[in-house]
Formats: sequence, C-alpha cells, structure tokens
Amino acid sequence: MITISEMNKWYGDFHVLKDINLEVGEGEKIVICGPSGSGKSTLIRCLNRLEVHQNGLIAIGGIELDDNTKNLQRVRRDVGMVFQDFNLFPHLTILENLTLAPQWVKGEPKAVSEEQAMKILKRVAIADQAYKFPSLLSGGQQQRVAIARALCMNPKVMLFDEPTSALDPEMVKEVLEVMVSLAEEGMTMLCVTHEMGFAKQVADRIVFMDEGRIVEEAGPEEFFSNPKSERSKEFLAQILH
Amino acid sequence: MRVTKNPDKRKLPTVVAVVKWSKENLFSSTLNTIASLTIIFLILKGLGPLFKWLFVDSVWEGTATTCRSSSGACLVFLKEKFVFILFGFYPRELLWRPIVSLILFIGMLWWSKEPRRWSKRLLWRWVKLLALIALLLKGGLLGFESVDTQKIGGLPLTLILAFFGMIFSYPLGIILALARSGNLFILRNLAICYIELVRGVPMISLLFMASVLFPLFAPEGLVLPKLLRAQVAIIIFMSAYMAEVVRAGLSSIPKGQYEAADALGFSYWQKMRLVILPQALKAVIPPTVNTAIGMFKDTSLVVIIALSDLLMTTKTSLKEPKWLGFSTEAYLFVACIYFIFCFSMSCYSRRLEKEFSSRRKG
Ligand SMILES: Nc1ncnc2c1ncn2[C@@H]1O[C@H](COP(=O)(O)OP(=O)(O)OP(=O)(O)O)[C@@H](O)[C@H]1O
Ligand SMILES: [Mg+2]
Repeated sequence: MITISEMNKWYGDFHVLKDINLEVGEGEKIVICGPSGSGKSTLIRCLNRLEVHQNGLIAIGGIELDDNTKNLQRVRRDVGMVFQDFNLFPHLTILENLTLAPQWVKGEPKAVSEEQAMKILKRVAIADQAYKFPSLLSGGQQQRVAIARALCMNPKVMLFDEPTSALDPEMVKEVLEVMVSLAEEGMTMLCVTHEMGFAKQVADRIVFMDEGRIVEEAGPEEFFSNPKSERSKEFLAQILH
Repeated sequence: MRVTKNPDKRKLPTVVAVVKWSKENLFSSTLNTIASLTIIFLILKGLGPLFKWLFVDSVWEGTATTCRSSSGACLVFLKEKFVFILFGFYPRELLWRPIVSLILFIGMLWWSKEPRRWSKRLLWRWVKLLALIALLLKGGLLGFESVDTQKIGGLPLTLILAFFGMIFSYPLGIILALARSGNLFILRNLAICYIELVRGVPMISLLFMASVLFPLFAPEGLVLPKLLRAQVAIIIFMSAYMAEVVRAGLSSIPKGQYEAADALGFSYWQKMRLVILPQALKAVIPPTVNTAIGMFKDTSLVVIIALSDLLMTTKTSLKEPKWLGFSTEAYLFVACIYFIFCFSMSCYSRRLEKEFSSRRKG
C-alpha cells in the first residue's frame, strides 16, 4: 500500500529525515513514536506531500509522489489526515465540513454526500451536532468530527499526527475509541502518538524514530518487552516511568 | 423555553428608564459627572447658534438680496440650486431619467442588503438593472433621446464612479492579493510592482494620466469618454488598496486551514474559494468598508479632469455672481449627502460583521 525507500528530507541545511525505508501493507496499523523533534510529524506529512521530500521514493497505492499535481490529487483523495489541532473549517457547520470535499473533489450530489455524512457522524456519535458550528463543540467532539471529515472521502489510508495531544485528558478516551473501532474495521493506519496503551492494543508494528532515522521497527509485544536499541529503552523508561 | 427573565431586561416606564440609564452611564462617579456635564454644556453652547442659524434666522422665501440682509442660513439658495447640485448639467426636460435611475438603484441596494437574498439570481437582476440604468442615463436606444456622458453629473456621477469602482476593484483586489501571496514567482512580483506603484502615487495623478496621457498613447481612433477613463483610473487605484486589505485577511488565516484543505484533495482554486477566502474576507470587513468609504469620498477628485460630480456641481453653483458667498449652506448640504452614504456603509458593515459572527456561534 505504502512504500518509502531511501527517502531524505532537508529543511535548508537541516537534515530532518535520513534514509527512511518503510513498507506498509494493506490493513496494517503502524504506530510511530519517538522523542520530540525526531521527525515523526515531518515523516507523516511527507506521505500526502504537505512536506516535500528531496530524494528517495514515496509511493502510495502504486502512485509515486512527485511534482505531478494530477497524481498528487489522486493520492490525497485516498489518504485521510487528522491533525493535532483539528483544523475544522470554522465558517461551516459540522455537516458542511463533512460534505464539502465529497461534493467538490469527488463531485458527489448533495443528497448523497449528506446521507453518507450523517451515517459517519452517527458512527462517531455526534449526529446530534450536525447543524452546529465547530467552535461550539468540545475538543474531543471536534477531533471526532475531524476524523469523520476524513472518512467521508472513503480513504484507503488514514494518517494521524498526535490526534489526542491537544485534548483534555477526559476527552482522550472518546477519540481513541473511534480510532480503535476504525482499526478493527481494517483501515490502513499510520499514527503518531504517545498513547502507548493504544499502541499495544491496535498496532501491528511500532516504528521508533530518533534524530530523523527509523531506529527500530518491531511488533508491540517485542518493542515493549524487549526493545533492542539504547534509545528506545531510554524513551520507554521515560514514557512508562 | 425561557421561564425567568433577566431582571435587568424588564421593560421600565420610559422616564424611569432614562433616569436609570443616565445614572448608570453619565453620573456613575464624580469624575464621570463632571465630564458629562462639561460635555453637555459645550455641545449645547455649540449647537445653539447652529440651530438658530439653521432654523430660527434662516431665510426660506425671497431672493439673494433677502438672504444678504439676514444673519441666518440662506435656504433660498439651496431651493434654487438643489436640482443642479444633485443632477448637474443633465438636460432639464429629461430629468425624470436620472431620478428614476437613482430611485431604482437605491431601492435595489436596499433589497440586496440581506445576506439571505444573495444568489446568482440576484446577480442577474443587478446586471439587468444596471443595463436599464445605463439606458436611462445615456439613452440613444429604443426611442430614448441620447445624452452626452459629459452631461451626466452630480449625485448619479458620484454614485456611478463609486459603485463601479467598488464592484470591479474588489475582485481585482482579491486576484492581486492571491497573486501576491501565492508562490508563482512572476505573478507574485508583478502583483507587488502593481500594488506598490499604484499606492505610491496620489489618485489625482492617476486621474490626470487617464485624462491627458491616455489619449496621447491610445491607438488612433480610440476615443473613450472621459467618464470611462476616470472610472478606469479609479478602479486601478482602488484595487491596489483592496489587494492589501485582502492580503491582510489571507495572512490572518492559520496555516492549518490551508493544510486541512490540501489534505482533503482540494485544488488550489477550490481551497481558496471554499475554505480560505470566505474566512479571510469576513475577517477584513471593517477595513474593506473603510477603504470603500475613502474611495467614495475620493471620487470627488474627478473635478480635476472637469467631470462634474456632486462636489463640482456645488462649486459651480457657488460661482454664479448672484450667489457668491453662500458656501456654508452649499457645503453643509453636500456634506450631508456624503455623510448619509458613508454612514450607511459603515452601519451596514457593522451589521454584516455581527450577522456573520453570530451565525458562527450558532
Ligand atoms: N518548517 C520547518 N523548518 C525548519 N525546521 C523544521 C520545520 N518543521 C520542523 N522542523 C524541525 O524538524 C525537526 C523535526 O520536526 P517534527 O515536527 O517532524 O518533529 P516531531 O517528531 O513531530 O516532534 P514533536 O513530537 O514535538 O511533534 C525538528 O527539529 C523541527 O525543529
Ligand atoms: Mg509532531
């Protein structure tokens, strides 16, 4: 589904991502973790070209990401993204947030997209807020709307960049529940998160990054019980106390 | 749903309400009381003579001579010059045409002010109405006697210049702002050059160029009416300012909004039209209207190329030997007209802003 090989990225002179190699199969769930500044966000943002990599190859569903905008548009339709701070469109209602892309990018008729949006809103348990504006919702509700908005495009892959980091602790659970149910349905997911409970529960593989490199790649059992590199040991000690 | 009422919101008898309001707002403390009394005193002292001049001593009937022997306002002058100030040199026997145009135009503005009426259909109605107004003012078709555009003057001229100035410069300004904040090198630098050049010269010089230089360089045989040239100059000038206002709006939108739109697969134009511009333009309603008001008043600069707008017709009426010296009345009168339009714009912008922000809060 996703192939990254020998990918490098620089910000000016700063080498953020170094020789990244990663294969993600269909339906696989990958959790990316690592210390702050290790390049996790940058990596995940390269996957839908919000950041441009300088060399190496990224291909999603067999389409390579390069300067070709047609290809990029096709990839972005199939790749949903959820941000740390939601980024809902504040001038539109929840329902309009959900139907905007299906209507304009996919050309779905209004009625069809609205029906689908209501179905997905029910799934994330906020159908009763459909006609409100985002600013009226709690953080947890907003993040669930953001997930729903991405799902309305029927993506094949979902990217999450620390989706629960900006939330109050009591709202983290409701968002994680949605993500777990998504994982159970077989969605291909790449998720940057510090929620190790979530990682243990759903991850097929954990990718540990440090200083722009993938230092370790292992199943959750192995990663938590028997980390190989010094850096991951330190990191786990810090995060799990 | 609401069971109890806010006790502060209960309807009080008017007198009690006024006293209560004054106590709370004007006389809440010693300092506030002193300030309020002083200001009320100054206002009364200033307004008194004005009131006397305008209503008590004013001359309503008679001639210029009657006026000169009185110390009050000469309303005879306004009565006599009223039509000329409003409509300039437009042929008197065809005067109904600009009057009907004016009524239609203002009526349509009033009708369009509700955001819920904004639609493609409304746009079409406007196009039809403007065509009708053009026919009425200019004539020359369907049995309407033709009138030289030079003869269109006064309020209709001011409104034409301001209205078309605004409706063309707004989209132009948006395009310039997009070009300037985009990442296409040539477009960006062209936009920067245009904006900085135009902002760097006073509008008078643009008008002057439009009237004097343009005919020198224009292709042989191309003669644009002066009105059109002035209009183009105003649009050029105003769009540069609008561009900067819109750019401020664009840069007030957080980066996350652009990224969310990109991630959903919108093309550049969809992203701008559906996500960024609706937010950016709403955010800059006050400075947009501010620019528009400035432009409305700046249209009076067309006097320099001898178009007789509202201010020019006023000046012309004052030049008549009979009426020399009644400039206070004349300028007060045009000031009122300008004020009515500018103040309406300002009120309307506040209303729009409130409406949009209350909608967002549900
Ligand atoms: N636009 C940018 N220009 C220059 N440097 C950047 C830019 N964005 C990120 N960086 C740098 O790149 C490095 C990796 O950033 P990134 O956001 O990918 O880290 P991260 O692993 O997501 O960290 P965090 O856990 O804090 O989110 C950081 O050192 C950061 O300072
Ligand atoms: Mg990050």
